[in-house]
Parts: sequence; structure tokens; C-alpha cells
Amino acid sequence: MSTYSLSDGLASGAPRTSRVPLLANWIRESGAGVLASVAWIALGLSCLWWQDVGDWSRTHSLGIAAFIIAALALFGTVGADYLGAAGQALHKRAPWLVALGVFLTVWEVATAKFAWLPLPFFPPPQAIIEVYTDDLPKLLDSVLASIKLQLGGYLIGATIGFLTGVSIGWSRAVGYWVHPVLRFIGPLPATAWLPIAFFTFPSSWSASTFLIALATGFPVTVLTWSGVASVSNAYYDVARTLGAKPSFLVLKVAIPAALPHVFVGLFMGLGSSFAVLVVAEMIGVKAGLGWYLQWAQGWAAYANMYAALIVMSLLCSGAITLLFAIRDRLLVWQKGTVKW
Amino acid sequence: MVATALAEAVTHPATGAALDIEQVSHAFDIDGTELPVLSDVSISVEPGEFVALLGPSGCGKSTLLRLIAGLDKPKAGRLREDEERIRNPHPSRVVVFQDPTLFPWRSVWDNVALGLEAQGILRSQRQRVDDALDLVGLSPFRDAYPHQLSGGMAQRVALARALVNDPKILILDEPLGKLDSLTRITMQAELVALWQRKGFTTLLVTHDAEEALVLANRVIVFSDRPARVKADIRVDRPYPRHRGDPYLAELRRQILGLLGLDATW
Repeated sequence: MSTYSLSDGLASGAPRTSRVPLLANWIRESGAGVLASVAWIALGLSCLWWQDVGDWSRTHSLGIAAFIIAALALFGTVGADYLGAAGQALHKRAPWLVALGVFLTVWEVATAKFAWLPLPFFPPPQAIIEVYTDDLPKLLDSVLASIKLQLGGYLIGATIGFLTGVSIGWSRAVGYWVHPVLRFIGPLPATAWLPIAFFTFPSSWSASTFLIALATGFPVTVLTWSGVASVSNAYYDVARTLGAKPSFLVLKVAIPAALPHVFVGLFMGLGSSFAVLVVAEMIGVKAGLGWYLQWAQGWAAYANMYAALIVMSLLCSGAITLLFAIRDRLLVWQKGTVKW
Repeated sequence: MVATALAEAVTHPATGAALDIEQVSHAFDIDGTELPVLSDVSISVEPGEFVALLGPSGCGKSTLLRLIAGLDKPKAGRLREDEERIRNPHPSRVVVFQDPTLFPWRSVWDNVALGLEAQGILRSQRQRVDDALDLVGLSPFRDAYPHQLSGGMAQRVALARALVNDPKILILDEPLGKLDSLTRITMQAELVALWQRKGFTTLLVTHDAEEALVLANRVIVFSDRPARVKADIRVDRPYPRHRGDPYLAELRRQILGLLGLDATW
């Protein structure tokens, strides 16, 4: 009985779908892409139609670039069938392309054209582009300085944290001595050490490295420790009956079993070390993106600040993406991991 | 050719070890109070025997296995493998636990290779891992991860991980306890075949009287905790055995009687 009614439903449903107008189908397939093209044309027009209220040199270039993006979106959508994977990728991202075009158009009109937003504080998009083209060397130097400082401190902190965590988790004697110290010092925000660190360390660079390492090391230590401590005894029993020596138990049982926890610690350490990096650069180190931000504020160069913020966000996001890529590689055996 | 033929000749006839359990007693310390689990247990196992240890759940059978494996030390008494005192775990006595406890971060092949790797002889003896996987019929799954396996397959991998070491005593701690009944019957037959082929001494802890009678040529019945040996029964029947065999049914009735379950039978 029920199977009959099911097939009846299917049969009566089939002609209905085929009667859907072609227009509706076309809108569903290409609507977003065409809309994206329209949004970016609007951005181009808004750049070129009205006069700027201030003096910006990249307005014309931005307008042209907007038209080029609009054209690419349109051709990409119309010719999606011939573009294969690229067409698919564009189709998937078209709604975001619409949103971005609309946002930039509103931003452009509200700042450069009618100054609805108070001007020096809200620079138009072309002002930020101007920073990237005209102040590039200084910005790049800052990026490199930040990466160098962050990478050094993070690697030192992560290594020490990992080794400490394994030792505490494995040896009762080490735990007895290190655990109280960890409880006393760990929860203190690393930035609280800033004034002392800049006095006691020979250079601001070594002081900042120490602080970043400290901020990284604490979560890595605690999570590595908890990972090693939570390894099931059954694994050790199995390994021991198969002839494993203590070094094998640490290197081939405890550490791989603890690795998922370790990566949570590395992730948390990365987050808190970013905060320390920026503060350290703003206060002590005379280089890096934090310093660039501070410097831009001193000159009331607001466009430079936004430009530096965007770069900083890309760098932090990129660092986390890299960490997750490494984790996915090392922990392929885990099921159901979060995709970043 | 000659070398392999020789190896066959050496490994085939009874490679099992004798096992002597002499007046072993054991107890757990739980919050300062002593809880006796084994009381004056003496068992002597011949090389190549298949002995089932049967008893009510929680009676201390698994504790005895841990002592035999060398994972724990008895409070009193002595355990000997081929006249040599058991003090530590050794790959000649391998345990297959109720849970397969495969290492989830290792592929099937790497799990089976665990023992050889721990002993530092994997590099020269990789073939043994392949052979062990062949033996349990899981070669196609060599690169799979444990979470991709069914319960029966995982337990087969655990068996291969034990067998790759060519143990003299194979210790099975309810290895089939959590499997569905069909897989269980298949694996019982496989176990007997492996034991007949390899000739290792086998100790099987179980609380299933039928399983004990189908597999073992000797069934030792334990009392409630603290476990004492209540009966030592020879099962002189040829393999393969049939569950409906009236001789085994009669033995089963006796064993359940010893466990105090004759009323429900």
C-alpha cells in the first residue's frame, strides 16, 4: 500500500518540476553571479561619477579595477560551463562577491563622495589602496619583523611547553616540582611581565621573545600534560606485553596519544601570543605591525592603520590555517575533526 | 628453500611453553583495606595445551592473566614459564584483551608491527607482519585506521598483533566477549585452527561454558572471589567439535552445577 502511494506522489511530482519556467532556473543558476557583476559596476560608477571630497590619487584606478572585476564575474557566470572548476568556484562564492561589492560601494559613497562618515577617521577604500602602493616597503618591513619575532617566540615557547608537559605527565618527581610553579606563574597574563621584561632583558627583542614564549608555553604545557595523563593504561599494558621499553612507551605511546590535546594547546597558545606580540611591538620594539599601528596613530594616518589591521588579520588567520593544516596532516587517523 | 623448510620444521611441532602456577595468592589494596582476589591457586599447564579458565564474572580470572603476562606481581607464590620465573612482561607471552585496544593513530599494518618495532627487529622482519595479516585474512585492510574497522575485524587485528611475535603462550582475556554471536562462532573456529597450526600454549579466560568446551582441551573452573580452583576438567574430544555433542552437553551441565547455576539449567 505505502509503496504505491509513494510512487504515485513521485509520478505526480515529476511533471511539476519539468514545468518550472526556464527563467526561474536561469536566475537560480546565474542570478548571484550577474548580481555580483552589477554590484561591482555600481562600485566603478560611484568612483568615477562624482568628484572626490578629498585628495586621493587612486580613485580612478579603483574604478577601473571594479569594472574589470565586474566583467570577470559576468563572463565567469555566463561561461561557467566552459570554465570547469574555476566556474564552480565562482558560482559558490558569488553571493559573497555581491555582498563585498555592495559594501565597498556604500563605503565609497559614504566617505569619498559625500563624507557622511567623519573624514579623517573613516578613509575611503582608495586611501587604503594608496597605502599599499605608496608605503609598501615600510609595511613589508613591519610584516617581516612581526613574523620573525612571533615565529621565534612561538617556536621556543611551544617546544619548551611540549617538553615540560610530557615530563610532568610522565614523571611524578618532575610534576612535584614543576606543577606548583606552573600554577603560580601560568595564569598570570604574559603582558603583566612587560615592564619587568623590558628592564631585565638585554634587548627589547629578547624581552618580547621571552613574553611570546611565555604566553605560548603555558597552554601548551597544560594541555600536553593533560593529554599524556589521560592516555589509557590499556595502551601501556599492550605495549609492555609486546616487549616495549620505557622510551618506547613515551615516544610511541604517550606522545602520539596526547597529540590531539597538544594541538589544542598550540592553538590556544597561538591566540594569546598574538596579543602579546602586538602589545610588545607597541610598547617596546621599534618594528613590526604593532609598532606601525602606533606610528600611524601618532601621525593621524588613519588609512595606514586600517591597512595594517587588514594585513595583521590576514597574517593571524594564515598562521592558524597553517597550524590546522599541520594538525590535519599529523592526525589523519582522527575522525570528525573541525575544518578551519 | 632449505632455510624455510627448516624454519617450518622448527616452528611447527609444539612451540608452546609449559606454565607453572604455584600457590599464587593476590590481593588489591583499596583505600587501605586488602581485598583478596586469588587464593592459593596452583595450575600446571603442559606445552601446547589449550586451557580455558572459567568462573563467575569478577572472580579474579583476569587478575591471574595479568600475573601470567607479568604485568603485575603476585603477593605470594610463584609463576614460571618453562622453569623460568616470570617477573616482567615478555613478548613470548602475549595478551589479547577483551577490547582490541588498537592504537588509533596507527594503521592496521603499523598496529600489527608494534611488537617487532618495540623489540627493534622490525626492519629485518617486515615479512612477518604481512604473514600475520594474511593469517587473519586482513591483508586488504593493511592501510586502514582502527576507526574504520568493525568489532570483529579489530579483534582480528589484535590477534595478528599478538601472533606476529610467535608467542609461546597466547593469553586470551575474553577476546570474543563483545562480538556478535555469528562473528564469535567464526572466530572460535579460527582460533582452534590457529592453535592447531602453531602449537602455542593457550590460556583463555571466559565466562561462557559452551565456548570453553568447544575450544579447550582442559577447563579449569574457579570459585567466587577470592578465586580458588574448584575443578579441573579434561575435555577429550576431537576437533572440530559440535555444540550439540551430548558429551559436551553433559560436561556443560556439570560445570554450570559447579558454578551454582544448575537450578536455571
